[in-house]
Amino acid sequence: MTRPLVIANARIVDPASGLDAPGAVLVVDGRIAGVSAGAPQGVPEAAELLDARGLVVAPGLIDMRVFTGEPGHEYRETLASAGEAAAAGGVTSFVLMPDTTPVIDDGALVDFLLRRAQATCAVNVLPAAAITRGLRGEEITEFGLLKEAGAVCLTDGRESIQSAGLLRAVFSYARNFDLPVVHHTADRTLVGDGVMNEGTLATISGLKGIPAEAETVPLARDLQLAALTGARYHAAQISTGAAVDLVATAKRQTEAVSCGISINNLTLNENDVAPWRTFFKLAPPLRSEDDRRAVIEGLNSGAIDVIHSAHDPQDSEVKRRPFAEASDGAIGLETLLAAALRLVHSGDVPLMTVLRAMTSRPAGILGLDSGRLALGAPADIVVFDPEFPWVVRERELRSRSRNTAFEGARMQGAVLHTFVAGRRVFSHAAVNEGRTA
Amino acid sequence: MVTSPPASATGGQSVGRPPFRHRNLLAISQLNPFEIVDLLDRAEAMIPISRQPRKILPTLAGKTQINLFFENSTRTQASFEIAGKRLGAQVTNMSVRTSSIAKGETLIDTAATLNAMQPDVIIVRHSASGAVELLSQKVGCAVINAGDGAHEHPTQALLDALTIRQHKGRLSGLTVAICGDIANSRVARSNLLLLGALQVRTRVVAPRTLLPRGIEALCSEVYTDMREGLAGADVVMMLRLQHERASGRMIPSIREYYHFYGLDAEKLGWAKPDVIVMHPGPMNRGVEIDPAIADGPYSVINEQVEMGVAVRMAVLDALLANSEIAA
Repeated sequence: MTRPLVIANARIVDPASGLDAPGAVLVVDGRIAGVSAGAPQGVPEAAELLDARGLVVAPGLIDMRVFTGEPGHEYRETLASAGEAAAAGGVTSFVLMPDTTPVIDDGALVDFLLRRAQATCAVNVLPAAAITRGLRGEEITEFGLLKEAGAVCLTDGRESIQSAGLLRAVFSYARNFDLPVVHHTADRTLVGDGVMNEGTLATISGLKGIPAEAETVPLARDLQLAALTGARYHAAQISTGAAVDLVATAKRQTEAVSCGISINNLTLNENDVAPWRTFFKLAPPLRSEDDRRAVIEGLNSGAIDVIHSAHDPQDSEVKRRPFAEASDGAIGLETLLAAALRLVHSGDVPLMTVLRAMTSRPAGILGLDSGRLALGAPADIVVFDPEFPWVVRERELRSRSRNTAFEGARMQGAVLHTFVAGRRVFSHAAVNEGRTA
Repeated sequence: MVTSPPASATGGQSVGRPPFRHRNLLAISQLNPFEIVDLLDRAEAMIPISRQPRKILPTLAGKTQINLFFENSTRTQASFEIAGKRLGAQVTNMSVRTSSIAKGETLIDTAATLNAMQPDVIIVRHSASGAVELLSQKVGCAVINAGDGAHEHPTQALLDALTIRQHKGRLSGLTVAICGDIANSRVARSNLLLLGALQVRTRVVAPRTLLPRGIEALCSEVYTDMREGLAGADVVMMLRLQHERASGRMIPSIREYYHFYGLDAEKLGWAKPDVIVMHPGPMNRGVEIDPAIADGPYSVINEQVEMGVAVRMAVLDALLANSEIAA
């Protein structure tokens, strides 16, 4: 049994309750035992005190889209290394994509992941199970057994199911077990050989473009099938203004629909790619600045529910290639919060909205009891300094892979402490050296 | 036209021409208009060397040139080889079939290996846009882009411009129509950039499926009709149609493509009476061009090949003379 913990003199921001006020949080036995405005109350003797003056205390982040290399490609990332990166980024839970070798399409593999995470990973791992066996888009997996084994949602990860008929069956059958279906929408024939956003920049670079319709055509199909079946549907990652409009329209009819977006598509645009910077080669691709402005509006209006890191470790062997031949993806667990704070500092999005999209909204979609600072909730907590200046150095990141899209980026805001179930899993070097709280 | 001999031909002494200030030639987009004209002038001065009985100007004696071609191209490779040899360089050809790329070695591994052999210049063709620039970052010698994906083919654009200038005496103010598979063409991109920089009115003419999005940013005018696109043109530049790839998806048939976009006497009649016809080769006779036009009086296609050697000699000389100044 650990000592009780009091985090005092903090700015408490809890999107689930809408609280944004000075106060204190009390943690006992790994759970939140009190949240009070002003000075802490009812503090047990011998409690550890963390003076969080000038700092924000919020629910630990829930990252809905994380890839690792375990099992199968441990040189890219293990659950342990992803856990360290997550803890350093204030992420206390992440949804693990099933794109591993083997693919997570069987209950026994979900069980394996949970045991492995329990033994090696500093934060909570929430396994997502494959929708189709081997992610091949053909036969559906055992949704019920996968849920019993501990899968929190269904997704084909990087893959996108092309058959409308199959999707209808998937949505109907998933509803049986009340499992959310998280789907990356990409029409294979419209993506074609495309490797970046379609437009002048791609044309000048001699690269094949990916039109917005590669995302919106299958998204429109999915939303209609979600309405038909009543499924809990979550568009994994949209990137265009047109997609925001589609989701907003669907949300007027049903509450069972939601969508997410990668922090990359909120904070970067296609100009970052030029020329040939493969660490900015992502799926969906970085879009135009007009699209970026539109998705920020979508976040503010509530059309977009979730911000995730799309953490996708790729080794240099597959990244340091000619652009069209390089792999998609960038790591992002450790930079998620700092990058999201860019939206706050630029005045584009309120802090509460940014945090909601990484705490209470993903918790609500996945049916978790975390993601909030409520009595009895797990004490998954992040303490961050919203102003702390730092520069991203790939060598200093904890992921086993180095493919960050933020190398050399100047950040304002850093995680100082991360707690998972009341246990401290990360403290910033500046804290350890006594430079800050 | 009065031109000065290449600086290195006069022992590297200044004849009023500053040294070429780039280590590599990767793209037309890296050059300003003065540098483009400078290269054209240098190339023009190289033309007589290939026409004289003793075809040698040994400014590259003792230099090592590697032609690294990941895509087959007999013509371009031969042109670079002859250009290097006429300047006295030791030329080695490496083609993809004899290289270790087939064994899974990455482009960067290949670059490091070749670099260790201390070449002075590597000439690279690769199927991926940006691959040549990537390779250039990993080697210590000069790199010339001999075509990367659908991105650029700078020496082709230079030789095209030189051919036009030889015929028309100027470039600015002319109207050049580039016709055919714009979407997949590095030749089109390099030509549009070069001609645009020199105040040439550039047109692209193609069916909509072969026009990439945003092409307006690279040219003066966009047409989908050959009659409109060729009206009043001084130069008609035809592109090779990759018909194996395009057929059935981007165009329904060669028959229909030829009917609407193949250059024949009737369509050529819409251009100016003194029009010249160009093609980067290799041609698909009967697909994008009528054989009678390709081999007819308006065609300057063989001259393009001759100018190709002159341009490549000039680029090699400019880059390697520069390397000595830098050293």
